[in-house]
Amino acid sequence: MNEIWVLVTGSLVGITCGLTGVFLILRKMAMIADAISHTVLFGIVMAFIVTQTLNGVWMMIGAGIAGILTAYLVQVLQSNGLQEDASIGVVFTTLFAAGVLLITLFAGNVHLDVEHVLMGEIAFVPWNTWTFVGITMPKAVWMLLFVLLLNILFLVVFYKELKISTFDPVFAMSLGLPLVFLHYAFMTLVSFTTVAAFDSVGAVLVVAMLIVPASTGYLLSKSIKVMLISSMAVGIMSAIGGYYFAKLFDTSIAGMMATTAGLIFMLVFLFRPYEGLLVKKRKLTNIHEIVVK
Amino acid sequence: MLSGNLLWVLVGASLLGIASGLNGAFAFLQKQSLVGDAAAHSALPGIAIAFLIFQQKDLPLLMLGAIITATLSVYLIQGIINRSKLKSDAAIGIVLSVFFGIGIVLLTIVNQSSSGNQSGLNDFIFGKAATMARSDLVWLSGSVTLIITTCLVFYKEWKLMIFDATFAKGIGLPVERLRLLLTAMTVLTIVTGIQAVGVILMSAMLIIPAATARMWSDKLNIMIIMSALFGAFSGACGTLISSLKTGLSTGPIIVLTASSLFLVSYFFSPKQGLLVKIRQRRQLEKQALEQEVQGS
Amino acid sequence: MNAIEVSQLTVAYENTTVLHDINLHVPVGKLTGIIGPNGAGKSTLIKAILNQLPNKTGKVEILGQALNPKNNLVGYVPQRNAVDWDFPTNALDVVLMGRFGHIGLFHRPSAKDREKALNCLKSVGMEEFANRSIGQLSGGQQQRVFLARALAQEAEVYFMDEPFVGVDAATERTIINILKQLKEKGKTVLVVHHDLQTVRDYFDWTVLLNKTIISSGPTNITFTEEKLQQTYGGKLFFMNEKNNKAVTERGSLSAIR
Repeated sequence: MNEIWVLVTGSLVGITCGLTGVFLILRKMAMIADAISHTVLFGIVMAFIVTQTLNGVWMMIGAGIAGILTAYLVQVLQSNGLQEDASIGVVFTTLFAAGVLLITLFAGNVHLDVEHVLMGEIAFVPWNTWTFVGITMPKAVWMLLFVLLLNILFLVVFYKELKISTFDPVFAMSLGLPLVFLHYAFMTLVSFTTVAAFDSVGAVLVVAMLIVPASTGYLLSKSIKVMLISSMAVGIMSAIGGYYFAKLFDTSIAGMMATTAGLIFMLVFLFRPYEGLLVKKRKLTNIHEIVVK
Repeated sequence: MLSGNLLWVLVGASLLGIASGLNGAFAFLQKQSLVGDAAAHSALPGIAIAFLIFQQKDLPLLMLGAIITATLSVYLIQGIINRSKLKSDAAIGIVLSVFFGIGIVLLTIVNQSSSGNQSGLNDFIFGKAATMARSDLVWLSGSVTLIITTCLVFYKEWKLMIFDATFAKGIGLPVERLRLLLTAMTVLTIVTGIQAVGVILMSAMLIIPAATARMWSDKLNIMIIMSALFGAFSGACGTLISSLKTGLSTGPIIVLTASSLFLVSYFFSPKQGLLVKIRQRRQLEKQALEQEVQGS
Repeated sequence: MNAIEVSQLTVAYENTTVLHDINLHVPVGKLTGIIGPNGAGKSTLIKAILNQLPNKTGKVEILGQALNPKNNLVGYVPQRNAVDWDFPTNALDVVLMGRFGHIGLFHRPSAKDREKALNCLKSVGMEEFANRSIGQLSGGQQQRVFLARALAQEAEVYFMDEPFVGVDAATERTIINILKQLKEKGKTVLVVHHDLQTVRDYFDWTVLLNKTIISSGPTNITFTEEKLQQTYGGKLFFMNEKNNKAVTERGSLSAIR
């Protein structure tokens, strides 16, 4: 039974992150997700310091605020002329350092140790249960289901807006689409996804689940819908494969999930159908155009 | 008075600050700040593999492992960008997270094997600056000297390469080899610094002093020198502050010192500072208003 | 009533003024070229009119009203290189994006929207590429898809940012024919344009711009040697004074093409 819960949790992480990851890759914000996965720590610690509990709801709120703060600070630094990669680097390392420091200062004796935040402990998931409307499930599963629902809802409602503002923001602006709202709503979702997943796979490995399956899907697909499906599929495969590999070698489950995702990506990268020759040909025609121009 | 140990840490942290400040400046100008972040994460599996192979916590061996995987990661990132439609952010993210995942898998195996228990390899993730010993310092000062010398020798070649690689190639500079050398220096810095401030905070030391220096100067040589100075200052100051009270871990404090310098520069630097920019904007608005009044 | 009415428009970034005191009007039904040297602020002018820039002062009216995306008066073709053509989508899907202003929030495109989008693709000669990945289209084909998307907006005033850059001769002809058709239907079109040789053939209204409006009006009045010299600040060489063919550095390249 416990094994099943671990697998369910892992698969839910795969699905949720796979879904969110697609637009992260398309919006070229993979490293913002990396930043948020680090700064979420800061938000969680602040939530703990303020409320003195490890309640999931407060953690979620703290993480959400930290995520938005990260996205906002990066935006501010960038709009004042600092290049994007450096802006991301400055913001996340600073907030992460602050988070680590606050833990050692104020929360050293609670369950909130940095190692746990970074690496997670999916094997402990089944013991921490929560009962709601008569159903008892691991807390992590509840949280992931909630965030998954939120993600799906957001995508269903704003799919076409998200799509056009991602593909052509300038045009989207001329249509009067709420670009700023979409950006920050999406960033909030990324933060929620990170927190929900971090308890099981850890903050750093959330990044693997957010970026790697979606990148794999990107290589495989010609449409966003196919990309969404293949990304989620790769997410689930990484989670389940990772679990059994970890069992085989008696090692970290979360680490193995990331490793498996990397393995799948590598296979797809080497043997993918559409690209290769085609891409090279197109790059050549582009050069040709420039020369002609 | 400074106790013996604190003095070592102080010198070590400052040296590290200089090295990462120098390399960070070059990485910053190549818009590769986050590649350093990925390389820092990718050192982890190398360290674990070296330990698994040689079964001892011999620093040079572990560092060799780290150098190999960190360099590999830089090339993989480039390979993914060149050979697919994936953009640099995704490529960096993929390599960073997967290498770190592999690192954790291997570290867990190391920790479970009997000899690994006491190896303290976890220190490489979070850093243990406060326990820096004299032997570590020998390493640190050795590699820092090497890094500084290399920067001095290849300064003008690197400058040209960063500014205009095509032109550099045109006049016969071995651009690929120069780039490799720069990568090697960055990796060396990372590997040297990892045990002091840890994988994640090492990235901070590469990024923040360089970004701070950029606020103060448009000239490459001045920017690089300032970046090194800011790095050294953060290292020294951070160490001193963290020695004031137990619980103030050195790594994070060094980073936060660097961030404070950045913040101050962000608002007050004479060229790029926010205050200056706001003043300029006000003046422009005032001019526009005056012209409008005159026009009507 | 004028299609576009701009008064006292100024755009400034930190310490540089990009556009200064722009006063401009374009009557309804004019095919208009915006001409000026590199860095004159041509694209910025379009973006400022479309309210995409924060640092802007002045007033803009489209068909006598303040700009409001909701009434779908404006169609827009941004620069082709402003988007990532690796985006996983096909040509028809991109054209369908032009319908979003009509579809509104929370609704999905209907079969009728799809049909309209397909018709727009047909009118630019791209119907057989409807299901083709956009990354596999040539530069000219991509530009046609962008034009089809603007057509799908069913707007009154169209803004086009360098639609002729990097396209083949056939595409350029297709595009200009469509623009002329739009004009005949009483629509107004504003085009940022580089190639001075074609100005007389393409446009009946011309705006000369270099940070501020140098001249604006019917092409035969505005597009003169003297005013061009003023716009380009003497960087202009006249190769053939009889036909008054002006060739800039860029223009001479396009003459070879």
